[in-house]
Amino acid sequence: MDLINLALKAIFVENIALAFFLGMCSFLAVSKKVDTAMGLGLAVVFVLTVVTPLNALINNFILKEGALAWALGEEKAAGYDLSFLAFITFIATIAAAVQIVEMSIDKFAPALYSALGVFLPLIAVNCAILGSSLFMVEREYTVIQSTVFGFGSGVGFWLAIVALAAIRERLKYSNVPPGLRGLGITFMITGLMAMGFMIFGGIQL
Amino acid sequence: MDKATRGILLDPLHEQNPITLQVLGICSALAVTTKLETAFVMSAALTFVLVCSNTTISLLRNKIPGSIRIITQLAIIASLVIVADQVLKAFLFDTSKALSVFVGLIITNCIVMGRAEAFAMANPPMASALDGFANSMGYSVVLIYVALFRELLGSGKVLGSPVFASVSDGGWYVPNGLMVLSPGAFFLIGLLIWVQRSMTPTLQEAD
Repeated sequence: MDLINLALKAIFVENIALAFFLGMCSFLAVSKKVDTAMGLGLAVVFVLTVVTPLNALINNFILKEGALAWALGEEKAAGYDLSFLAFITFIATIAAAVQIVEMSIDKFAPALYSALGVFLPLIAVNCAILGSSLFMVEREYTVIQSTVFGFGSGVGFWLAIVALAAIRERLKYSNVPPGLRGLGITFMITGLMAMGFMIFGGIQL
Repeated sequence: MDKATRGILLDPLHEQNPITLQVLGICSALAVTTKLETAFVMSAALTFVLVCSNTTISLLRNKIPGSIRIITQLAIIASLVIVADQVLKAFLFDTSKALSVFVGLIITNCIVMGRAEAFAMANPPMASALDGFANSMGYSVVLIYVALFRELLGSGKVLGSPVFASVSDGGWYVPNGLMVLSPGAFFLIGLLIWVQRSMTPTLQEAD
């Protein structure tokens, strides 16, 4: 039950794009068409679900203070705190994982690969991915919790970007003031969407 | 000052502003702007990282092999961000707690990667350092504008000291809670873009 709650919270209440502004650059740039938004969204769900627990493992068994106990024994490990290396380790893990994910999708699911192709490499530098790994550390999630959290954040991002793309497709037919066209109106819409998502605040199962 | 240098220095402030025109580095611009103080600290951290990363990458630009340049750039940037983060934790612990994950997210801040790719890989170190500085200034200007309005309208304060006396302290101003929440940030940047593009119509998008 806790896990379902965690997932719902990550998808709706604390939506990673609309409440924490993570992944905004691609969120704004790749939301002109529903098809491409769908592709990027799915790729983000996939990568987040793989990478967040992976980073949780690394954090719990290598980086955290005293986490090396399994290799060095309790006493010796107590002196090691590698958590300052978190940034560089996480980004390396993400870049490597994205590369592996890309190659394996290419091998085993070529159809999916051609749908996601362009977006997969870009995801390595999407701040939503690194962001949820850092949130995972800050909130001290276990490996299972971080899998659920990663998946939930991904779905939240997917939901938000597809919704925004759908609205922007409709927007073609409206007469937007010249200064607001393009980026400006997209910010306004995103603001309204963020307001809409605020109604989920405080929902718990 | 010759024309090229002036272009490098001034364009990012208005016509090539990283946030409102190049659409780079938006995540942090929105997230750390509930208070002016955090915006200042974030701007300083980004300026440090961007100037150093642009200079380093530009110095190494002829040595970095093209096929692995992204990961090389990421390693340089991540090391600089670790330095910035440790300094903040040591000297400004409270602010660093308030910035939460967003200092770490400078690594994936698209301004840093974007300027490394677009400028530092093709230009000498001096020009790259200037470009890094100018772009951080363009970023900081937007950050400070957004933070100023969010703090002023959201809690009636500027830099923590009351400007509008709020109702809870016996004054007249009812704080606008929307400004502190995420939609307020989106609206403020949207409005800024609108004003900027109406003043300079050449910046408007066709569609």
